[in-house]
Amino acid sequence: MTAPGALVQISPPRRSVELTIDGDTVAAPEGTTILDACRQRGQDIPTLCYLETLHPVNACRVCVVEVENSRVLVPSCSRRIEPGMVVHTDSPRVRHSRKMVLEFLASSVDLSTTPHAAEWIASYECHPERYGPPAPPAAAGIRDAAHAGHHEPPDPAFAATVHQPIKADNELYVRDYGKCILCYKCVEACGIDYQNTYAIAVAGRGFDARISTEFSVPLPGSACVYCGNCIAVCPTGALMFSSEHDRRAAGTWDESRQSVVDTICPYCGVGCTLSLHVQNNEIVKVTSPFDVSITHGNLCIKGRFGWQYVQERPGNGKRTNGVPRRPRDIEAASNAAGKSRRKGHDISQRDGPQHDGPPHAGTPGDGDGKGSGHP
Amino acid sequence: MDLRLTLAEATGDERAAVDACLGPPASQWDGGDRDAAVASRSASGGRELGRARRNLLLPALQAVQRRFGWITEGALIYVCERLDVPPAEAYGVATFYALLATTPRPRRILHVCDDIACQCRGATEMIAELERAAGPPLSHGPHADHVIVDPDGAAWIRSPCLGLCDQAPAAMLQVAGEHPADTLFGATTAPELNAVLHGDDRIQKRPHPRVPQAGAPELRLLARASVIDPASLDAYRSTHGYAGLRRAFELGPAGVIREVLDAKLLGRGGAAFPTGKKWEAVARQPVRPHYLICNADESEPGTFKDRALMEGDPFALVEAMTIAAYATGAELGYIYIRGEYPLAIERLEHAIAQARARGLLGDSVMGHDMRFELEVRRGGGAYICGEETALFNSIEGFRGEPRNKPPFPVDAGLFAKPTVVNNVETLYNVPWIVREGGAAFAAIGTAQSAGTKLFCLCGCVGRPGVYEVPFGTTLREMLTLAGGVPGGRPLRAVLVGGAAGVFVRPDELDMPLTFEGTRAAQATLGSGVIMAVDDTVGLEPMLLRIAAFFRDESCGQCVPCRVGTVRQEEALHRITRGRMRGSIRDELALLGEIGLGMKDASICGLGQTAYSAIESAIQRLRLFETAAAPGGAATP
Ligand SMILES: Cc1cc2nc3c(=O)[nH]c(=O)nc-3n(C[C@H](O)[C@H](O)[C@H](O)COP(=O)(O)O)c2cc1C
Ligand code: SF4
Ligand code: SF4
Ligand code: SF4
Ligand code: FES
Ligand code: FES
Repeated sequence: MTAPGALVQISPPRRSVELTIDGDTVAAPEGTTILDACRQRGQDIPTLCYLETLHPVNACRVCVVEVENSRVLVPSCSRRIEPGMVVHTDSPRVRHSRKMVLEFLASSVDLSTTPHAAEWIASYECHPERYGPPAPPAAAGIRDAAHAGHHEPPDPAFAATVHQPIKADNELYVRDYGKCILCYKCVEACGIDYQNTYAIAVAGRGFDARISTEFSVPLPGSACVYCGNCIAVCPTGALMFSSEHDRRAAGTWDESRQSVVDTICPYCGVGCTLSLHVQNNEIVKVTSPFDVSITHGNLCIKGRFGWQYVQERPGNGKRTNGVPRRPRDIEAASNAAGKSRRKGHDISQRDGPQHDGPPHAGTPGDGDGKGSGHP
Repeated sequence: MDLRLTLAEATGDERAAVDACLGPPASQWDGGDRDAAVASRSASGGRELGRARRNLLLPALQAVQRRFGWITEGALIYVCERLDVPPAEAYGVATFYALLATTPRPRRILHVCDDIACQCRGATEMIAELERAAGPPLSHGPHADHVIVDPDGAAWIRSPCLGLCDQAPAAMLQVAGEHPADTLFGATTAPELNAVLHGDDRIQKRPHPRVPQAGAPELRLLARASVIDPASLDAYRSTHGYAGLRRAFELGPAGVIREVLDAKLLGRGGAAFPTGKKWEAVARQPVRPHYLICNADESEPGTFKDRALMEGDPFALVEAMTIAAYATGAELGYIYIRGEYPLAIERLEHAIAQARARGLLGDSVMGHDMRFELEVRRGGGAYICGEETALFNSIEGFRGEPRNKPPFPVDAGLFAKPTVVNNVETLYNVPWIVREGGAAFAAIGTAQSAGTKLFCLCGCVGRPGVYEVPFGTTLREMLTLAGGVPGGRPLRAVLVGGAAGVFVRPDELDMPLTFEGTRAAQATLGSGVIMAVDDTVGLEPMLLRIAAFFRDESCGQCVPCRVGTVRQEEALHRITRGRMRGSIRDELALLGEIGLGMKDASICGLGQTAYSAIESAIQRLRLFETAAAPGGAATP
């Protein structure tokens, strides 16, 4: 399946469509979304459920704009431009709906690790506290078991929330659904758009809807292959590397002290681009750029999580499995190669591992046969 | 995709229940026993076969539910194996529907309606009495896991409108087992419900009340209801039955569409879209196949007209759909009917079987070069599945979440093919139009609202029921026709159009009931509900019930509706329970903001209309005005 926004696109040139955006006449190729047309002219619109590499689900509605002669507002992330369309991206109606969406989310979900949330909440003058104090977190399992249909009458003292205990049922990543805005991105990444594993889906209905495995079994009992592609697309931090989660809990997570270093995964012949997030000389998580046509941001369990060996070296207190390693400073090495993503260097033209291959763990082709993470 | 299944195993009975729905498995690839001798030598299309049958997911889950009263992990996994559906997705589908359970439940479940029309007729008091006698309702949620459930026991639960508002208060008994039986019954009492809960099955034999206007000569849509035997094809044929289809074959497909266009028939499902235009758009599509769907999900609180039609005159729907299929080139039609209509389902299935046996469906309809088959699909207890694109997803075996439009159904509907979706009542107009001509139809009613219309008179009226009148009849005339408010009590308000409609005041009764007339009055015909509320009925509990309904029935896909319906319900509870944040004015302003956000930014009509009735109660009825007055009961 080719994702929207894939780098390689072979198609006839598209006709140009003229429309009006906020009073300006704008031309863009046929098939462009309103969002892209806006971004092309340097105008940004908040988005949450939209990602270039996934099919739009139009669920969060924070990107709505007003199109003249349309009864309701339209999602700019998926609505394609049409000739003569008159679009308003900042009208009072638009601002009101965005404000309500943000207030609804902020009053029911923990947005503390959602990038831009605080900034948007301020700029749309949201007051999530006006719905009342947030209801205390549900006990573990309560939200997972909610039946569709009837619910208990609300407690007028509180505003209902999705707050609940974190799910930490494996060593690699945690699921903190108290932070989940139900954007469907993880479901798409795990299923139809990339991973084809379908370990998770939306269950339940309405406010009780949730991301779930079958019968909410813990991940180790599910179909999950720990590719981490869901973590990569999650816009809220609801899905998080344990390495990040634990550091945040300990107060040692510090993005200002992290550098992002690109390299090529040493495990197999596909040669996925890895972005190593390095803090204090340790790899703290691994992502892959969304705009690399090899991965579209997806990896497999080995590239995503299998990097402990790099840090297993004598003298750093880490386990070495008895195999001596050459002490190396991966951060320094990669910086020397001038490939820090943080500095905005081009990372898509790479031709091989920037460090020695794994000394013993995971020889190339040592697959586990479970989903490659590639489209 | 490589399915990874958990270790849960289906029992032999569970497999049998699924196989009875899906047919026996063809090979080990779809859940059959592994035959080493064959498996090692042959390939049979394997998984692809199962995937093509994903649309059988809901029927298979329903088969398990109806056999055992709930769906075990083993049974769900077996269904997944048979249809090659990932278990997480199947679980997502099973948990979407209120009538399916994934935690243990007894086989005997009584659904007791506590919705608005039943509220008008004492349901609240009746349920309180039932609770005193029979204990609390079945608790949903995780506690159910730890409670030992006796499968041979019984439990009751509250239900949204069951579509039997003319016989309020209403309930539905579901008994799972080898011979599952569902019974919808009305005019009930707490002692009767308690007896039913404890095994009394007499309600299964209760006679069905007649349509109030039964036999009146001016009836078109209801002409046969309560007059002919609904199980007799001969009785149907002797009352103009199949004259419409015969005429359609003379006119040809384009001629049929011409008549429907000339008739100016507008859809009766709520959106009032011209039916002829819809048919024409699909007929023109070069892509094949085309599909035809009758939307019989009728779950708008207060609505029961489609049930009356299907129960009273099932063959007419089969004929109407055959005509529609002929005009639009569809070879397969679905009737998607809400699961709470057991009698209508039974009668339709019987009618379809009869029609098939007599060559009125099948490979050569009436001997003509036309192939048409009809399938009944039952809903699982989800109002949202009446929204046409949610309905497609439901049939296809996905969660009943509305799709974004465009694309529109006429371009890419069911299975992404051109699809006609029509409401039941819309279709019942078709045989008459084809038989008597579009012009004759357009002459009835008003210029912009042609034909006759069914209204669901319920709540505080003397003779509740479905009434057929020409468009243009006023609200006052309708109330009079239904016997007015009993006991000469004062009318307080009328809810027009259903839970997604609006409350109007007693001084607005001269409103003509047409599409244009209601629009001019900033109201809507909606699904044809006219619910009278007198001074004995509390409007506040009614608003709370409406708010709860939308919160329960939101599919949960989009933020404005998923959270907005919750915030709306909370604000109403704060207001009515004297727990306001700030003044009443603050709370009403907040409600207005929530409502506007839902209306403007929601994906589908559910969220877009979830504030409609509440807004009208505030603005037209000025419901909270007294509370707003200085010194009122408002300030906390
Ligand atoms: C939440 C919601 C529920 C609906 N429920 C029904 C229904 O039960 N029956 C129905 O015919 N139309 C229902 N509709 C309208 C359908 O989407 C669709 O417009 C209609 O079936 C088209 O048929 P018509 O053109 O004959 O009216 C519903 C719409 C919404 C938004
Ligand atoms: S880690 Fe991979 S397989 Fe597991 S849930 Fe996430 S996307 Fe699916
Ligand atoms: S877990 Fe993250 S990606 Fe998945 S729906 Fe929730 S917020 Fe979106
Ligand atoms: S408006 Fe409500 S019912 Fe409709 S798509 Fe959104 S959440 Fe679902
Ligand atoms: S970003 Fe467009 S609807 Fe979510
Ligand atoms: S059956 Fe109870 S409200 Fe309709």
